[in-house]
Amino acid sequence: MTAILFYVFAALAVGSALVVVGQRNPIYSAFGLIVTLCALSAIFGLLGSPFIAVLQVVVYAGAIMVLFLFVLMLLGVGAEDRKSGRTLKTVAAVLAAALALEMGAVLVGAAPAPVASFDASTRAVAHVLFSAPYLYVFEATSILILAALVGSIVLARRDP
Amino acid sequence: MSPDLVQPALVLSLALFAIGALGVFLRRNIITVFMCVELMLNAVNLAFIAFSRARGTLDGQVLVFFVLTVAAAEAAVGLAIIIALQRGRDTLDVDAFDLLKW
Repeated sequence: MTAILFYVFAALAVGSALVVVGQRNPIYSAFGLIVTLCALSAIFGLLGSPFIAVLQVVVYAGAIMVLFLFVLMLLGVGAEDRKSGRTLKTVAAVLAAALALEMGAVLVGAAPAPVASFDASTRAVAHVLFSAPYLYVFEATSILILAALVGSIVLARRDP
Repeated sequence: MSPDLVQPALVLSLALFAIGALGVFLRRNIITVFMCVELMLNAVNLAFIAFSRARGTLDGQVLVFFVLTVAAAEAAVGLAIIIALQRGRDTLDVDAFDLLKW
Protein backbone atom coordinates (compact mmCIF):
# COMPACT_ATOMS: atom_id res chain seq x y z
CA MET A 1 0.00 0.00 0.00
CA THR A 2 2.75 2.43 1.01
CA ALA A 3 4.71 1.55 -2.13
CA ILE A 4 1.69 2.15 -4.38
CA LEU A 5 1.02 5.53 -2.75
CA PHE A 6 4.72 6.42 -3.08
CA TYR A 7 4.76 5.73 -6.82
CA VAL A 8 1.47 7.63 -7.36
CA PHE A 9 2.85 10.71 -5.59
CA ALA A 10 6.24 10.33 -7.30
CA ALA A 11 4.53 10.32 -10.72
CA LEU A 12 2.47 13.34 -9.66
CA ALA A 13 5.63 15.18 -8.52
CA VAL A 14 7.55 14.48 -11.74
CA GLY A 15 4.54 15.34 -13.93
CA SER A 16 3.86 18.65 -12.24
CA ALA A 17 7.60 19.45 -12.20
CA LEU A 18 7.54 19.01 -15.99
CA VAL A 19 4.58 21.42 -16.06
CA VAL A 20 6.67 23.96 -14.09
CA VAL A 21 9.47 23.72 -16.67
CA GLY A 22 7.30 23.36 -19.78
CA GLN A 23 4.79 26.16 -19.28
CA ARG A 24 5.49 29.57 -20.78
CA ASN A 25 3.01 31.35 -18.50
CA PRO A 26 4.55 31.81 -15.02
CA ILE A 27 1.14 31.54 -13.30
CA TYR A 28 0.73 27.96 -14.60
CA SER A 29 4.31 27.21 -13.51
CA ALA A 30 3.47 28.45 -10.02
CA PHE A 31 0.41 26.19 -9.78
CA GLY A 32 2.46 23.24 -11.06
CA LEU A 33 5.05 23.95 -8.38
CA ILE A 34 2.34 23.96 -5.67
CA VAL A 35 1.24 20.46 -6.82
CA THR A 36 4.89 19.29 -6.79
CA LEU A 37 5.40 20.60 -3.26
CA CYS A 38 2.23 18.94 -1.94
CA ALA A 39 3.18 15.61 -3.60
CA LEU A 40 6.66 15.88 -2.05
CA SER A 41 5.04 16.55 1.33
CA ALA A 42 3.09 13.29 0.98
CA ILE A 43 6.34 11.48 0.08
CA PHE A 44 8.06 12.91 3.17
CA GLY A 45 5.17 11.53 5.21
CA LEU A 46 5.52 8.12 3.55
CA LEU A 47 9.26 8.10 4.35
CA GLY A 48 8.35 8.51 8.03
CA SER A 49 8.94 12.25 8.55
CA PRO A 50 5.60 13.75 9.65
CA PHE A 51 7.17 16.93 11.05
CA ILE A 52 8.92 17.86 7.79
CA ALA A 53 5.80 16.89 5.80
CA VAL A 54 3.67 19.38 7.72
CA LEU A 55 6.41 22.02 7.56
CA GLN A 56 6.62 21.56 3.79
CA VAL A 57 2.91 22.31 3.33
CA VAL A 58 2.84 25.24 5.77
CA VAL A 59 6.09 26.98 4.80
CA TYR A 60 6.56 26.04 1.13
CA ALA A 61 3.11 25.46 -0.35
CA GLY A 62 1.63 28.04 2.01
CA ALA A 63 3.97 30.94 2.66
CA ILE A 64 6.55 30.85 -0.15
CA MET A 65 4.16 30.04 -3.01
CA VAL A 66 1.68 32.70 -1.85
CA LEU A 67 4.60 35.15 -1.95
CA PHE A 68 5.42 34.02 -5.50
CA LEU A 69 1.81 34.34 -6.67
CA PHE A 70 1.55 37.73 -4.95
CA VAL A 71 4.58 39.04 -6.86
CA LEU A 72 3.29 37.51 -10.14
CA MET A 73 -0.05 39.29 -9.68
CA LEU A 74 1.68 42.50 -8.56
CA LEU A 75 3.90 42.67 -11.65
CA GLY A 76 1.13 41.44 -13.97
CA VAL A 77 3.35 39.14 -16.06
CA GLY A 78 1.99 37.34 -19.12
CA ALA A 79 3.44 34.47 -21.15
CA GLU A 80 7.03 34.74 -22.40
CA ASP A 81 7.06 36.34 -25.82
CA ARG A 82 10.44 34.92 -26.86
CA LYS A 83 11.46 31.30 -27.25
CA SER A 84 14.83 29.90 -26.26
CA GLY A 85 17.04 29.09 -29.23
CA ARG A 86 17.59 25.56 -30.49
CA THR A 87 21.25 25.61 -29.38
CA LEU A 88 20.31 26.59 -25.85
CA LYS A 89 17.68 23.84 -25.72
CA THR A 90 20.19 21.20 -26.83
CA VAL A 91 22.84 22.43 -24.39
CA ALA A 92 20.26 22.48 -21.56
CA ALA A 93 19.06 18.94 -22.31
CA VAL A 94 22.63 17.57 -22.54
CA LEU A 95 23.68 19.31 -19.32
CA ALA A 96 20.59 18.11 -17.43
CA ALA A 97 21.09 14.54 -18.65
CA ALA A 98 24.79 14.64 -17.68
CA LEU A 99 23.84 15.99 -14.23
CA ALA A 100 21.22 13.24 -13.79
CA LEU A 101 23.72 10.52 -14.75
CA GLU A 102 26.39 11.94 -12.45
CA MET A 103 24.01 12.23 -9.48
CA GLY A 104 22.56 8.80 -10.24
CA ALA A 105 26.02 7.24 -10.09
CA VAL A 106 26.79 8.95 -6.75
CA LEU A 107 23.40 8.74 -5.00
CA VAL A 108 22.29 5.22 -5.91
CA GLY A 109 25.70 3.79 -5.18
CA ALA A 110 25.99 5.64 -1.87
CA ALA A 111 22.69 4.66 -0.23
CA PRO A 112 23.39 2.58 2.91
CA ALA A 113 21.16 -0.36 3.85
CA PRO A 114 18.15 1.18 5.65
CA VAL A 115 17.76 0.55 9.37
CA ALA A 116 14.51 -1.09 10.48
CA SER A 117 13.31 1.21 13.26
CA PHE A 118 13.06 4.95 12.80
CA ASP A 119 11.51 7.59 15.05
CA ALA A 120 11.19 11.04 13.46
CA SER A 121 8.28 12.34 15.52
CA THR A 122 8.11 16.06 16.25
CA ARG A 123 9.33 15.38 19.80
CA ALA A 124 12.41 13.46 18.57
CA VAL A 125 13.29 16.08 15.94
CA ALA A 126 12.87 18.88 18.50
CA HIS A 127 15.27 17.12 20.89
CA VAL A 128 17.98 17.10 18.19
CA LEU A 129 17.17 20.63 17.02
CA PHE A 130 17.39 22.18 20.49
CA SER A 131 20.55 20.41 21.68
CA ALA A 132 24.23 21.26 21.39
CA PRO A 133 25.42 21.64 17.77
CA TYR A 134 22.17 22.66 16.09
CA LEU A 135 20.97 25.04 18.83
CA TYR A 136 23.54 27.70 17.80
CA VAL A 137 22.58 27.32 14.14
CA PHE A 138 18.94 27.73 15.14
CA GLU A 139 19.75 30.98 16.95
CA ALA A 140 21.79 32.21 13.97
CA THR A 141 18.77 31.53 11.76
CA SER A 142 16.79 34.20 13.60
CA ILE A 143 19.45 36.76 12.64
CA LEU A 144 19.22 35.53 9.03
CA ILE A 145 15.43 35.99 9.04
CA LEU A 146 15.78 39.49 10.49
CA ALA A 147 18.38 40.40 7.84
CA ALA A 148 16.14 39.02 5.07
CA LEU A 149 13.19 41.00 6.44
CA VAL A 150 15.11 44.30 6.51
CA GLY A 151 16.82 43.55 3.17
CA SER A 152 13.62 42.81 1.28
CA ILE A 153 11.93 45.97 2.63
CA VAL A 154 14.92 48.09 1.59
CA LEU A 155 15.19 46.44 -1.87
CA ALA A 156 11.51 46.71 -2.77
CA ARG A 157 11.10 50.27 -1.50
CA ARG A 158 9.87 52.72 -4.10
CA ASP A 159 12.45 55.51 -3.57
CA PRO A 160 15.88 53.88 -3.11
CA MET B 1 7.28 3.93 6.86
CA SER B 2 8.73 1.16 4.75
CA PRO B 3 12.53 1.28 4.49
CA ASP B 4 12.72 -0.16 0.96
CA LEU B 5 11.50 3.15 -0.49
CA VAL B 6 14.84 4.87 0.11
CA GLN B 7 16.35 3.97 -3.26
CA PRO B 8 13.28 5.07 -5.31
CA ALA B 9 13.16 8.29 -3.28
CA LEU B 10 16.78 9.04 -4.25
CA VAL B 11 15.99 8.40 -7.92
CA LEU B 12 12.95 10.74 -7.65
CA SER B 13 15.17 13.33 -6.00
CA LEU B 14 17.69 13.28 -8.83
CA ALA B 15 14.93 13.39 -11.46
CA LEU B 16 13.42 16.49 -9.84
CA PHE B 17 16.86 18.12 -9.52
CA ALA B 18 17.62 17.50 -13.21
CA ILE B 19 14.19 18.86 -14.25
CA GLY B 20 14.83 21.96 -12.13
CA ALA B 21 18.27 22.48 -13.70
CA LEU B 22 16.72 22.07 -17.16
CA GLY B 23 14.18 24.78 -16.31
CA VAL B 24 16.89 27.18 -15.13
CA PHE B 25 18.50 26.89 -18.58
CA LEU B 26 15.32 26.87 -20.67
CA ARG B 27 13.00 29.48 -19.20
CA ARG B 28 13.34 33.15 -20.03
CA ASN B 29 11.13 34.61 -17.29
CA ILE B 30 13.19 35.38 -14.20
CA ILE B 31 10.37 34.38 -11.81
CA THR B 32 10.03 30.95 -13.48
CA VAL B 33 13.81 30.50 -13.22
CA PHE B 34 13.49 31.32 -9.51
CA MET B 35 10.72 28.73 -9.14
CA CYS B 36 12.96 26.12 -10.80
CA VAL B 37 15.64 26.90 -8.19
CA GLU B 38 13.03 26.24 -5.48
CA LEU B 39 12.27 22.93 -7.21
CA MET B 40 15.97 21.99 -7.02
CA LEU B 41 16.04 22.90 -3.31
CA ASN B 42 13.09 20.55 -2.77
CA ALA B 43 14.87 17.74 -4.60
CA VAL B 44 17.80 18.20 -2.20
CA ASN B 45 15.38 18.12 0.76
CA LEU B 46 14.02 14.81 -0.49
CA ALA B 47 17.56 13.39 -0.67
CA PHE B 48 18.18 14.56 2.93
CA ILE B 49 14.96 12.87 4.12
CA ALA B 50 15.78 9.65 2.25
CA PHE B 51 19.31 9.48 3.72
CA SER B 52 17.93 10.32 7.16
CA ARG B 53 15.50 7.40 6.81
CA ALA B 54 18.26 5.08 5.59
CA ARG B 55 20.73 5.88 8.37
CA GLY B 56 18.12 6.19 11.11
CA THR B 57 19.52 9.51 12.36
CA LEU B 58 17.64 12.79 12.69
CA ASP B 59 20.38 15.16 11.46
CA GLY B 60 18.89 15.07 7.96
CA GLN B 61 15.53 16.21 9.30
CA VAL B 62 17.15 19.13 11.14
CA LEU B 63 19.09 20.10 8.00
CA VAL B 64 15.84 20.12 5.98
CA PHE B 65 14.40 22.44 8.63
CA PHE B 66 17.31 24.85 8.05
CA VAL B 67 17.04 24.54 4.26
CA LEU B 68 13.35 25.49 4.54
CA THR B 69 14.24 28.54 6.63
CA VAL B 70 16.96 29.67 4.24
CA ALA B 71 14.61 29.07 1.28
CA ALA B 72 11.99 31.31 2.88
CA ALA B 73 14.54 34.09 3.44
CA GLU B 74 15.92 33.59 -0.08
CA ALA B 75 12.43 33.81 -1.62
CA ALA B 76 11.67 37.05 0.24
CA VAL B 77 14.94 38.75 -0.78
CA GLY B 78 14.90 37.31 -4.32
CA LEU B 79 11.37 38.48 -5.03
CA ALA B 80 12.20 41.94 -3.64
CA ILE B 81 15.17 42.07 -6.07
CA ILE B 82 12.86 40.99 -8.91
CA ILE B 83 10.43 43.82 -8.06
CA ALA B 84 13.33 46.30 -8.09
CA LEU B 85 14.57 44.90 -11.45
CA GLN B 86 11.10 45.20 -12.97
CA ARG B 87 10.94 48.85 -11.84
CA GLY B 88 14.27 49.68 -13.50
CA ARG B 89 14.00 47.79 -16.80
CA ASP B 90 10.26 47.18 -17.28
CA THR B 91 10.88 43.57 -18.30
CA LEU B 92 11.42 40.19 -16.62
CA ASP B 93 13.48 38.58 -19.41
CA VAL B 94 16.71 37.13 -17.95
CA ASP B 95 18.75 38.31 -20.95
CA ALA B 96 17.78 41.93 -20.25
CA PHE B 97 19.79 41.94 -17.02
CA ASP B 98 23.39 41.99 -18.29
CA LEU B 99 24.85 44.89 -16.33
CA LEU B 100 27.62 42.71 -14.85
CA LYS B 101 28.44 41.07 -18.19
CA TRP B 102 31.91 41.86 -19.46
